[in-house]
Amino acid sequence: MHNLTALSGLLGGALIGLAAAALMALTGRIAGVSGITGGLLQARPSDRGWRIAFVAGLIAAPLLAALAGAPLPRPAMTSSLVLVAVGGLLVGFGTRMGNGCTSGHGVCGFARLSTRSIAATVIFMVTAVATVAIVRHGLGG
Amino acid sequence: MPAVVASFVCGLIFGAGLLISGMTQPAKVLGFLDFFGAWDATLAFVMAGAVAVASIGFALARRSAAPTFAAKHLWPERRDIDAPLVAGAVLFGIGWGLVGLCPGPALVNLAGLSLPIVVFVAAMMLGMLGYELWQRRAVPESRPRSASIATTPSDG
Repeated sequence: MHNLTALSGLLGGALIGLAAAALMALTGRIAGVSGITGGLLQARPSDRGWRIAFVAGLIAAPLLAALAGAPLPRPAMTSSLVLVAVGGLLVGFGTRMGNGCTSGHGVCGFARLSTRSIAATVIFMVTAVATVAIVRHGLGG
Repeated sequence: MPAVVASFVCGLIFGAGLLISGMTQPAKVLGFLDFFGAWDATLAFVMAGAVAVASIGFALARRSAAPTFAAKHLWPERRDIDAPLVAGAVLFGIGWGLVGLCPGPALVNLAGLSLPIVVFVAAMMLGMLGYELWQRRAVPESRPRSASIATTPSDG
């Protein structure tokens, strides 16, 4: 447990929850990032404005933080570029097929007590834990 | 137009939350997913904080007749646990476990324009587009159905 940052985790989480609640209260939409982004790839131009705005807000957050002196996020990756590309394809295809990701199913679905979203969250969590176990520790050590 | 501005501000707050929580760092996410290594419980605290605040906010939103800048709340209506939900969650879980990035943090990280993030986001969009095309080809008669899905919201 030596890397735990519980307080900033709780605070950041509360902001995520606040954003999800505000998006519903103000625009009537669920703050699911894969659904918002994937909707941009469907042929319905009338529906695009709010989606582009939400994604722009996500990208603007670190840019505003950079104005205040924070470094731009350039996270270190443990996997090769090929693996990163494979992961990206799986995340994109899987979240659209399963109708949601960590935000839509995880945060919003749990907050709505949706059994469908809770089931999806348990499945992608367990699969991700199993994937990390295989990648980091190998099958049978 | 006010809805678009509100959406931008919500995205901004959402992104700030991801940055502050540390969830834009794949190392912290993979640290949580690594049950058999040096386990980092932070993600559980992020989820707890987010779900707690969203639950209260959603309960308040349900009491109001309509959203401030829209005609109605588009609450997800589906309750079934079908094969695409399960298969999609499995595929997403594998990708998430391989890299440690899910869609929100990936987009926030795009601001840094580092090569692996650009590759990940490009591949993610390609995967999303691939699903759209595959779905359209697989069930061409479902045009009215997908139109109704677009108006009734997806889960996320």
